[in-house]
Amino acid sequence: MNDMSTEGYTTADGRKIGGVLMEMKNITLRFGGVVAIKDISFDIREGEIRAIIGPNGAGKSSMLNVISGFYVPQEGEVWFRGYRRGPMRPYQVARLGIARTFQNIALFEGMSVLDNIMTGRLNHMKSGMLAQALWWGKAEREESENREQVEKIIDFLEIQNIRKTPVGRLPYGLKKRVELARALAAEPKLLLLDEPMAGMNVEEKEDMSRFILDVNDEFGTTIALIEHDMGVVMDLSDRVVVMDYGKKIGDGTPDEVRRNQDVIDAYLGVAHD
Amino acid sequence: MATDSAASAGPQSIPALLARNVERYAALPAYREKEFGIWQSWTWAEAAEEIRAMALGFLSLGMERGDYVAIIGRNRPALYWSMVAAQMCGAIPVPLYQDAVAEEMAYVLDHCGARFVVCGDQEQVDKVIEVQDRIHHIEHVAYLDKRGMRKYDHSRMNALEDIVAEGRAGHHRYGAELDKRIAELGYDQTCVMLYTSGTTGKPKGVVLSNRNIIETSRASVEFDRLTHNEEVLAYLPMAWVGDFIFSIGQAYWAGFTVNCPESAETMMTDLREIGPTYFFAPPRVFEGQLTSVMIRMEDASRLKKWLFHRFMAVARRVGPAILDGKPVGGGDRLAYALGNLFIYGPLKNTLGFSRVRVGYTAGEAIGPEIFDFYRSLGINLKQLYGQTEASVFITQQPDGEVRSDTVGVPSPGVEVRIADSGEVYYRSPGTFVEYYKNAESTASTKNAEGWVATGDAGFFEEGTGHLRIIDRAKDVGKMADGRLFAPKYVENKLKFFPNILEAVVFGAGRDRCTAFINIDLTAVGNWAERNNIAYSSYQELAGHPKVYDMIRGHVEEVNRSVAEDPMLSGCQVHRFLILHKELDADDGELTRTRKVRRNIIAEKFDDLIGALYDGSETVYTETEVTYEDGRKGKIKATLKIADAAIVEPAGQRMAAE
Repeated sequence: MNDMSTEGYTTADGRKIGGVLMEMKNITLRFGGVVAIKDISFDIREGEIRAIIGPNGAGKSSMLNVISGFYVPQEGEVWFRGYRRGPMRPYQVARLGIARTFQNIALFEGMSVLDNIMTGRLNHMKSGMLAQALWWGKAEREESENREQVEKIIDFLEIQNIRKTPVGRLPYGLKKRVELARALAAEPKLLLLDEPMAGMNVEEKEDMSRFILDVNDEFGTTIALIEHDMGVVMDLSDRVVVMDYGKKIGDGTPDEVRRNQDVIDAYLGVAHD
Repeated sequence: MATDSAASAGPQSIPALLARNVERYAALPAYREKEFGIWQSWTWAEAAEEIRAMALGFLSLGMERGDYVAIIGRNRPALYWSMVAAQMCGAIPVPLYQDAVAEEMAYVLDHCGARFVVCGDQEQVDKVIEVQDRIHHIEHVAYLDKRGMRKYDHSRMNALEDIVAEGRAGHHRYGAELDKRIAELGYDQTCVMLYTSGTTGKPKGVVLSNRNIIETSRASVEFDRLTHNEEVLAYLPMAWVGDFIFSIGQAYWAGFTVNCPESAETMMTDLREIGPTYFFAPPRVFEGQLTSVMIRMEDASRLKKWLFHRFMAVARRVGPAILDGKPVGGGDRLAYALGNLFIYGPLKNTLGFSRVRVGYTAGEAIGPEIFDFYRSLGINLKQLYGQTEASVFITQQPDGEVRSDTVGVPSPGVEVRIADSGEVYYRSPGTFVEYYKNAESTASTKNAEGWVATGDAGFFEEGTGHLRIIDRAKDVGKMADGRLFAPKYVENKLKFFPNILEAVVFGAGRDRCTAFINIDLTAVGNWAERNNIAYSSYQELAGHPKVYDMIRGHVEEVNRSVAEDPMLSGCQVHRFLILHKELDADDGELTRTRKVRRNIIAEKFDDLIGALYDGSETVYTETEVTYEDGRKGKIKATLKIADAAIVEPAGQRMAAE
């Protein structure tokens, strides 16, 4: 797509960003006559935190759903880890190494935090249903190994004290964290976060920001996120795509985007004369 | 253990005790920590190996004899090991309070001249880095939890596990030197330096020698017949002398197991899982547990509630007597046994106290109802009186002589006397060496014969020989008309109500007493919920008229009780207000051990005190608050002031006329 495609770049704080992990080429997505996404191209590089921002109805969530494979665009190509991706079932996407959290939390409310996170490990379990039900031999060993991974994530996200608590009893901010934990449990190459800070207070936002940075730092996970809170986006992300009415109006580092006149107009409105 | 009572011939340092324990208890557990949801454990042999490797690593970094090593973090085995490893190198460990803000930490780090700092995690490292531009003698920072540390400049910083690996790799190079340094450690060398939080002024560094720690540990282990089979939960701040005595002194002397919780939030769960046999908690932990039990009982089914109240009545009547081994009738014994089956046993299990053989509380007065509640369940909860300068123990209660209003008899080896002023003095093998770099304070606290002023006023009870503490000696004052003023005495009575978290009573040099009250958000919030009282913030709840009515009831009850004591009847509270914010250590209003800093509060809330005395109905105030990250903000509020009825003690009027 451009000259950085293989070498990557170095961020302001000295992290090395790798080559292209995912590339969107000329994506157009229509729902009947409504054009949600119009001819958008951008890439996500290995190890970076990439934000997609835009005013309400700009098509951000549609874009995230295209990345996650939930929507199949009518035009354009999605390339992931060097292969062009065709239409896929959700489990196939998960196996490719893409995990996500949802804007409206989608956890199993009646299950404990631990069990919810364990579901994120499903792709790492190979033993059959019968073996698992009998909890015998390989299944037992496998569960221990997966539990260990899950416990590391619990420790990482500091939710040890709610390990056994049913998710339904947790406050909103913690549910968001549990969802992040479940997504991490899948050990994704690419983590998609749909408005991770929505509805949080300042302190919860700070916590969540720290966890996102730590995840990126510790596990080297590539993160693509949608977020409304401008302050958070500008602090967290390495590069930002700005959308408005389904079109891409800006793409670059937070500083570049902040100076972009189209972006300023889209956010602050512009007088029509 | 008793065979070692010829102490001077025994091990003369903590590292020497460690070597002894490896011989005696090699395969028994020394440390446990819950991590990744599982209790990980280390035997004495394994722990000794880790500690030695860490000490070798410290040598490779150039740790010298007499260096001060600051340790900051929550209770974790590796941090305890770092203290012993530093001792092996001839250095002096200085544990710090982990919740101190950078500013407070700077003072202590500067005062002790630490060359090495061992941090628990990134949060602590950040604070050290923040003060490092002012304090230049810090040469190395080690950290335990690697998370978030990748991007830091590591030219003078190392992960503790890398230091341990370095030590293992270099054991040929440094082994002989380390053995030499361990062999040099003697009874009169400094074991540890602990900073007292200090209700007034800057913290002071209390220097405790190996003799102080080991003699005190030996005597107290024998007093309660502790063995290597005890289990303790290490959850109180490592910078506090009690934790050093329980989790290092006594643990190494008796050879018992120290268990570290997974995190501060999981403490209660971990307590239940471990079921300690020897347990220490400040009164507020017991209060908190009792409050949560009572709140949960409110929501229980009617049958359960009935069973609970029925059997608790039995327990209150005969429980303490059974615990003390006094004669109790057969019928009562049967009822108590049934209660144990249905209520006490399961309740103790829920609280994590099923196996407690010896439990202590200290630091503050404990409410008689709270104390009796635990005793009646058959938990051997006792009180002790101590301070950092005494290596904890001054007095403690022997089994069978336990009461809520005394602090017991002098601990073995401790002499106690009461000065004419009423102040309590003691002398013991645990008496501290000196305040570090503060000869003046040392001289004013400890005299040439080794007697130490506690700063507390008290007296020995006739007949039993038990010590009773009234108040801080300097807080005991006179009112305008010369009547005795003992604020703590009244405050403690107020705080025994679950709805009142803190109270500060004023009245020295005045004609009557007034008080600030802090409500307990858990208890009052729950009460509000049950009574359909809506509120949106702490401030709104605190100012609610019904809350005022309730608190007035409590204050008047206290007044009635205070009036019964002719000496202190002047201390009844005439007017009070409920504060709009919780008193907080971050704002300097409490010490880190949550003791009220009277002068600072009086200065800060000067306007409110004025209003308490000038008869106004309400008062407007702005208060500066410090957030956990050190930023400051302001709270504005208009507070109501309420009057409380007082009781005219019999005879008082006569005397006045």
